[in-house]
Amino acid sequence: MKAFAELYLRLDSTTSSNAKLEALRGYFASAPAEDAAWAVYFLAGGRPRQLVPTRVLRELAGALAGLPDWLFEESYQAVGDLAETISLLLPESHQQDQEGLAHWVENHLLPLRGLPPEDIQQRLPPLWARLDRPSLMLCLKLITGSFRVGVSKLLVTRALAQLAELDAKRVAQRLVGYTDISHRPTAASYQQLIAPESADEHSQRGGQPYPFFLAHPLQAPTEQFEALLGPPGDWQIEWKWDGIRAQVVKRDGQLWVWSRGEELVTERFPELQSLAQTLPDGVVLDGEILVWKPGTTDADLAVQPFALLQQRLGRKTLGKKLLSEAPVVLQAYDLLEWQGEDWRSRPQHERRKQLENVLEACPLAPVLLSPLLEGPDWADLARQREQSRSLGVEGLMLKQREALYGVGRTKDMGTWWKWKIDPFSVDAVLIYAQRGHGRRASLYSDYTFAVWDAPAGTPGRSLIPFAKAYSGLTDEEMRKVDAIVRKTTQETFGPVRSVTPTLVFELGFEGIALSKRHKSGIAVRFPRMLRWRQDKPVDEADDLATLQALLV
Amino acid sequence: MDLVIARPEGLYCPPGDFYIDPWRPVDRAVITHGHGDHSRSGNLHYLTAEPGAGILRSRLGKDINLQTLPYGERLQHHGVTLSLHPAGHVLGSAQVRLEYQGEVWVASGDYKVEPDGTCTPFEPVRCHTFITESTFGLPIYRWPTQADIFAGINTWWRANSEQGKASVLFCYAFGKAQRILHGLDPSIGPILVHGAVEPLNRVYREAGVYLPETRYAGDIARNDPLLRKALVLAPPSAGGSSWMRRFGDYSDAFASGWMLLRGTRRRRGVDRGFVLSDHADWPGLLWAIGQTGAERVMVTHGSVSVLVRYLMEQGLDARAFVTEYGEEDDAATTETGT
Repeated sequence: MKAFAELYLRLDSTTSSNAKLEALRGYFASAPAEDAAWAVYFLAGGRPRQLVPTRVLRELAGALAGLPDWLFEESYQAVGDLAETISLLLPESHQQDQEGLAHWVENHLLPLRGLPPEDIQQRLPPLWARLDRPSLMLCLKLITGSFRVGVSKLLVTRALAQLAELDAKRVAQRLVGYTDISHRPTAASYQQLIAPESADEHSQRGGQPYPFFLAHPLQAPTEQFEALLGPPGDWQIEWKWDGIRAQVVKRDGQLWVWSRGEELVTERFPELQSLAQTLPDGVVLDGEILVWKPGTTDADLAVQPFALLQQRLGRKTLGKKLLSEAPVVLQAYDLLEWQGEDWRSRPQHERRKQLENVLEACPLAPVLLSPLLEGPDWADLARQREQSRSLGVEGLMLKQREALYGVGRTKDMGTWWKWKIDPFSVDAVLIYAQRGHGRRASLYSDYTFAVWDAPAGTPGRSLIPFAKAYSGLTDEEMRKVDAIVRKTTQETFGPVRSVTPTLVFELGFEGIALSKRHKSGIAVRFPRMLRWRQDKPVDEADDLATLQALLV
Repeated sequence: MDLVIARPEGLYCPPGDFYIDPWRPVDRAVITHGHGDHSRSGNLHYLTAEPGAGILRSRLGKDINLQTLPYGERLQHHGVTLSLHPAGHVLGSAQVRLEYQGEVWVASGDYKVEPDGTCTPFEPVRCHTFITESTFGLPIYRWPTQADIFAGINTWWRANSEQGKASVLFCYAFGKAQRILHGLDPSIGPILVHGAVEPLNRVYREAGVYLPETRYAGDIARNDPLLRKALVLAPPSAGGSSWMRRFGDYSDAFASGWMLLRGTRRRRGVDRGFVLSDHADWPGLLWAIGQTGAERVMVTHGSVSVLVRYLMEQGLDARAFVTEYGEEDDAATTETGT
């Protein structure tokens, strides 16, 4: 535990990727395989399901620290992270615990899940008493599932690849599914990650997908495209779908559907099951799962809003009614494997050609070929992009014709750009503020925004909340807003303050839909602050009618 | 009778007709210590503890009308007996003891209970009413031992110097900087200071406080190899300025009690945070309050509502005092000074 806590401190105390890489290499070079196995799991984003109910944890910590509930709560509000709060409040330990990470996780922490609160209250205090402060904080973060440190999966991959002298792509491939909930890291599974390459590795991968290749946002003005990107002819251009990115893997007569989070979602999409029969073995498709207007499986764009897909994902069981009202299709746009062979190092256009062949050869009802767009110049494509909103797509994707299929957000093997349309925007008023977490701890950085419920001039009109947002401001702006929130507080409800409305922000969001769960009757997607409208008085903020007009 | 009340100008003693650390100009000001939010210019008459005279003159000007009083010595003014007692915060910092018709009040200013070698250690003073600060008035604030902190700074400096990188440590120029200098291991390498720190070092040295040799960073040429082994002390305002360019590839750190929290540390955007404060931590505040024997406690700047509620639950008569010291009630806004 101590060695992993030291790694955490080193990773947390630098912003340099090279320093982080060095810290990771140093740790993996000396850690026992069973500890390294868990370290990879946590660093790559793996989280076991919640081990101890938060309430039990808080009560126990408050009692051990001898603090009344309200004082524990005040402390938590100032720190912004439960694990850190508890580690700061518990009595300090001077024991030098020597047990490794794997031993702690497997013998002390995982067995806590599902125990009655009395047992947990018995077990935790002597465990905590064995850990110094950094190890204690780490242990608590593993318990609360809030372990995060500024390390990307890619960086972990690179560290392991350098250590084992392997190609990083190979390690990335082996890491796929490593953090899946059903997988339990062991010394053997770690050794597989760093083992020398073997000849039959490719054939033994079962239903494993490939690491997803991700796009970069393109934010330059259209006039600069020619200079930045060259002519449109160098690019494969498609709509940017607003669904769930997925890989469909067909091998050995079986079908697997993986989401971008490397979660196995085969069961969620029974419509795709027929592909187990129709797709040949040794095929991996990359594409987007979308709800399609029932009865229209032809090439016409019949995308339904993302909200429908989201509702479907929220359901435990998928009834007949739902399946007929909100059927899904796969818009396929890439072919990663053909006849069992890895096609990722072939250029984009070649993969596309083969994808077209595959889809032409067999009628695959739930799979559509993502159409290509063409235009003589970028200005023409910009015009086509303007239809995006009415077509239900997010803009355009530009894929270099010569691009290989990379790993994650790499750019060294060719690039994918996402050229998204501008978000919806309205001017809204800040009415509630709450303190943030992590690096915003104790700053009022999370806000609730409202619009007027009637047009300007209506007597007695009021502000009606419709969205929460906490991103988009610079640190400097956030500090200023924080100071204003403190000065204009009207009431405090626990961690939330209501303020005298004085601040207007331009809020951007990606989608808008009717909602019964919101007071305003409207739900927006990915709201964030685009601009602080210091020039705009509260009276001139938008009203509900503006929002309603955006509903298509 | 209340010996101290809050007025728009500052904390006021009605029978003595003077102010303690006023934030607007007044005739008579008793100054607890020289930090900017406690000692402001424009007052007609100043009284401060003797060891703080040099600081006040260096910050407010040589010509201020300044009277000094050794710690513990008593002075009569309009029937009020006034004396100053060490607060352990910075050089010359004092608690103000007021006695009038058998009633004793003590105003703490800012204080720290742990001795640090750069100023006279905090001394509890018995009183009926104690006016306390509450900058770190939450139980999460418990300071690590000073030895551990200095060992951490020395290790960081040594590691950087071995890699040929300057170590830039941001800290408040008055008090914190001298405390760090006093506790460092000067054998590791040269110590350079920013222009804001140097004049205060001079005052500390004149007061007999040991500080290792320091050099003004501006005197060193840009490509001097000495820079790559040096520790540099600079005020937080120097961060991100062009002044920093001279150090090339450097590692930076920030020394403040707020660095105890991961969030504040990360918001600072420095490589390292060292938890070093010149204020009392939570156990320190409770200890100091207990030592005074006061039944009534007035809480000023910091986590006022928390400390008031907590003390009331302990059976004390605790109240809030509104002041303009520090800034508002927590880490976000007051990071720089403490």
